[in-house]
Amino acid sequence: MIIKNTIFDDHIHALPNPENTTRVQLPNGITLLTRPNFNSPTLSIKGYLNGGSLFDPEDKLGLSYLTAFGLMTGTANHDFQSLYNQIESIGASLRFSSSTLRTSFSAHCLSEDLDLILSLLADCLRSPSFPEKEFNRQKNQMLTALAIRAQDTGAMANLLFDQIVYCGHPYQHPEEGYTETVQAIQRDDLPDFYQRIYGPKDMALAIVGAVEPQLAADAVQQYFGDWENPSQNPLPIIEGIEPLANPTEKRLNIPGKYQADIVMGCLAPDRHSPDFHALRLGNNILGEFGMMGRLGQRVREVAGLAYYVGSSLSISLGPGAWEIIAGVNPENIDQTIALITDEVVNFVSHPVTEQELSDSKSFFLGRMPLMLDSNSDVAASLINIERFNLGLDYFLRYPQLVQEITREDIFEASRRYLDPERLAIAVAGP
Amino acid sequence: MTHAAQLITLDNGLKVHLKEIHTAPIISTWIWYRVGSRNESPGITGISHWVEHMQFKGTQDYPAGILDREISRVGGDWNALTHMDWTTYFEILPSHLYNLSLKLEADRMVNSQFLPVEVERERTVIISEREGNENQPRFLLAEAVQNAAFSQHPYKYEVIGVKEDLYSISREDLYQHYRRYYQPTNAVLSIAGDFNTHSLLQNIKEIFGDIPSGDSVRLILPPEPAIGHEKQVHITGPGETSYLQIAYRAPSAQNPDFFALTVLDSLLTGPSSLNMFGSGGTSNKTSRLYRALVEGEITVSCQGALHATIDPYLYSINLTLHPDRTPEEVLFAVDQEIKRVLDSPISKTEIDRAIKQARALFAFSSENISNQAFWLGYSEMFASYDWFENYVNHLSNVTPERVLQIAQTYLEPDNRVVGIYIPEGG
Repeated sequence: MIIKNTIFDDHIHALPNPENTTRVQLPNGITLLTRPNFNSPTLSIKGYLNGGSLFDPEDKLGLSYLTAFGLMTGTANHDFQSLYNQIESIGASLRFSSSTLRTSFSAHCLSEDLDLILSLLADCLRSPSFPEKEFNRQKNQMLTALAIRAQDTGAMANLLFDQIVYCGHPYQHPEEGYTETVQAIQRDDLPDFYQRIYGPKDMALAIVGAVEPQLAADAVQQYFGDWENPSQNPLPIIEGIEPLANPTEKRLNIPGKYQADIVMGCLAPDRHSPDFHALRLGNNILGEFGMMGRLGQRVREVAGLAYYVGSSLSISLGPGAWEIIAGVNPENIDQTIALITDEVVNFVSHPVTEQELSDSKSFFLGRMPLMLDSNSDVAASLINIERFNLGLDYFLRYPQLVQEITREDIFEASRRYLDPERLAIAVAGP
Repeated sequence: MTHAAQLITLDNGLKVHLKEIHTAPIISTWIWYRVGSRNESPGITGISHWVEHMQFKGTQDYPAGILDREISRVGGDWNALTHMDWTTYFEILPSHLYNLSLKLEADRMVNSQFLPVEVERERTVIISEREGNENQPRFLLAEAVQNAAFSQHPYKYEVIGVKEDLYSISREDLYQHYRRYYQPTNAVLSIAGDFNTHSLLQNIKEIFGDIPSGDSVRLILPPEPAIGHEKQVHITGPGETSYLQIAYRAPSAQNPDFFALTVLDSLLTGPSSLNMFGSGGTSNKTSRLYRALVEGEITVSCQGALHATIDPYLYSINLTLHPDRTPEEVLFAVDQEIKRVLDSPISKTEIDRAIKQARALFAFSSENISNQAFWLGYSEMFASYDWFENYVNHLSNVTPERVLQIAQTYLEPDNRVVGIYIPEGG
C-alpha cells in the first residue's frame, strides 16, 4: 500500500540531504555536520562524545553524570563565574549532559557569536579543571535531586522498570546513580574519568543556522583540530540480554502521594535491527497515534481512568525497551494494568488493520516537514543520522523504509518482543 | 521570507492576526478565547480547563476520534492550554492543510456536544490530572501561596480548580460556560507560517464569517486589595526537601511598571526566555540570587516567575533549599540581596547587559514558526501585539533609577506571601 504524501514529496529536498548538508571529518576523529539556514540570525550546535554511565564503577554510579556537569564549573582559562558571564552576557546557552552511552552538548547563540561559543565549548571539553569547591556544591545539588527523584512517582516507576527489564545488564542502573554511590564519588574521580573517556575520537557535532559551512568548518578546525587523547577508551561491545522468563512485577510505596505511575513493557531491539521501522509503526498504533493510540482510546477515552497513557520505544545501541506508561488514581492500578494487558494480548493476537497501518504511515511521512521548524530540530536529526550511521541520504530513503512495512511485519516484529505472559510491570505511588 | 503581521477584525468581531513566514512548509494555527480561571468563581473553579478538555470530544461533523485521526494522519501536532486569562487551541500542520484547522476550530467554537457520558468520563481524567499535580510539592505550595495572596480575585485558585468543585460541576455548568465564552467577539485567531495572506483571509471569512458574534463578555473585576502585611503559609508533605516560594503582588502586563520589574527580575534571577517552543533560553548562573544563594550553598536552585496577566498577579521567587539550611536562613539571604538592590546603586552596565540578553532571547523567539503564531495571539490576551513587538524597546527605556523605584514599590515584605514546604522526612 503506497500512501501519497504531497507535502513530503514537494519538500523532500528541503529536508537534510547530501546536497544541503556538509559532512567533514577531522584527522583526529571529529565529524562535523553543517546545514546553513539564514532565515534567522541564530545558530544551534549539538553534539556528543561516546562514553557515559556505562563506564561508571558499580560503587560510583553517577560519576559520568557529575563529570559532564563538572565541565562547566571551571577550566584552565575560566572560573565558574567568568565562564557563565561570557555565555549569559550574550543571551546564549551551553549545556552538557550524560546518558548511558554518551556525553552530549548543546548550544544556542546568535550567529555572530559562533567563535565565542565554540571557544568556550572547546575550553570546557578540553581543559576542565574540576575545582574542589564547585565539585562539592554540585555533588550536594545532585544529592538533593536524588532526594527529589525518590519522591517522584513517574521517575521511580521508570527506575523500577529498568531494574526488571535490564536485570543483570549495565542498563539496569540510572545514569544519575543512587544516593550512596554519589556520596562515594570524590573530586579526583572526575579528572580520572575525564582522562579515560573524553577525547576527539568518534565525537560528532552539528552546526545549523546562519553560517556558511566552510566558516563553521574552519572554526571547528581552529578550536578542536589539535585535540588528541591517546588514552581515550572506545565504547565496549554492548552485550545483549535475555527477555524475562516470567511476568515480573515490582511495586514501590511512596506514602503521601495522590497518584500512582505505572510502567509496563518488555525489551526492544537495537537501532540497527531490521524490525526497527515495523516496531515504530506498531508502537504508534498501540500507544502513540492521536490521543495515544489504542491504549489511549481504551484506558483514557472509554474507561476514563488516566490523565495520561501511552507507549514509547527506547531504542539505541544494545538492548532497548518498549514501555507503556500510565498515571492513575491508586484505586485504579489493578484495573488499569488489566486493561493494558488485555490490549497487549489483542495487539499480539491479530495484525493491525489496513486502516491503522495506513494512518500510521501517513503520520510518519506527514510529520517530516514539522522537523524543519527550528535549527535545533534539524541539528538533532543530523546528530541522530551520524550516531547510527544512517547516511546523509536517510531522509531521501525514509519514505520507502516506511512504505514497505506490512501488517504482517508489524505483527511478527511485535510478537518477537511483546509477550503479555512475560511483561515487566513497575508501579510507584501511595 | 517573513512578512509583517496583518491584524484584521471580521464583521462578527473575530480578530485575525496573520504572519506569513516561508521558511518551512508548516502552518501554525491558534485560536484564543478570553476565558480562564479569571472567569470563574467558587463552586465552579476549574471549569474553563474542563471545557477545554471537552472540546476534544467532538461535534456532529467531527465526532471524537475522527478529529484526532484527521490531524494525526497528516503528522500534525495539536493541543490546548488553559491559563488564568485565556484558553487556546492550536494545530501545527503541513501548510497545504490549513483549511483543516480552520474548519475544525470554527466547528468546535459552536457545535461541541458535551455529551453527559463524556462529561463523566472526563471528570475522572481531570481529577487524575489534578492528583498528578498534587504529587508535586511545588504545586501544593504554589496553590497555598496563591490562595493566601488573594482575598477575592479569581487568581486565588489554580487553573485546574479545587477538588470539591471537580466532583460537583455539572454538564449544564460546563455547557453554559462554553456557550458564554466561545464566540467570535471573545476570540483571536492567530496564524503564522507558509501561506498567502490574501487567500487565507478569504478562507477565514468563508469559514468563520457566518458565526454570530455573540454578546460581549469582557469582564472587569473589582481590584484586589493590597496584601497589606506579610503572610506566611506552611505546607507539610512527604519527602526530604524543603521549598520556599516568595510571592510579591506584581503589576499587570499593561502597567509600565511591568517592564521595569522584568529588568529587575533579570538582575535577580536571570533573564526569561520568550520561547514557548524549541530552544533559546539562557542559564541564570550570574544572576544576583544565584550567586548569593546557590553559590553560597543556601539553596540548590533559584528561579523567578513573572507572568503577563490582565490583572495584577504575582512575581515569585522559587527556591529549593540546601538540605542543611532552614527557611529562615534562606528568607534572610533573599532579603539581604533585595536590600542590596535598595541600598547600593545599580550600575547602568548591569541594566545594559539585561537588555542585551533580552534582545538575543527575542531573536531566538523568531526562529520558530509556532512561537511566532503563539505571540501573535498570546499578547492580545493581556495587551496587544504591539506589546510584544515593542518588548525590547520598552525594556531599553528602563533606567537604574526606575529599577530602584520598582524594587521599593513591589519588593516590600508587606507586599508578599512567603510559602514554605516542610518535608515530613526532613
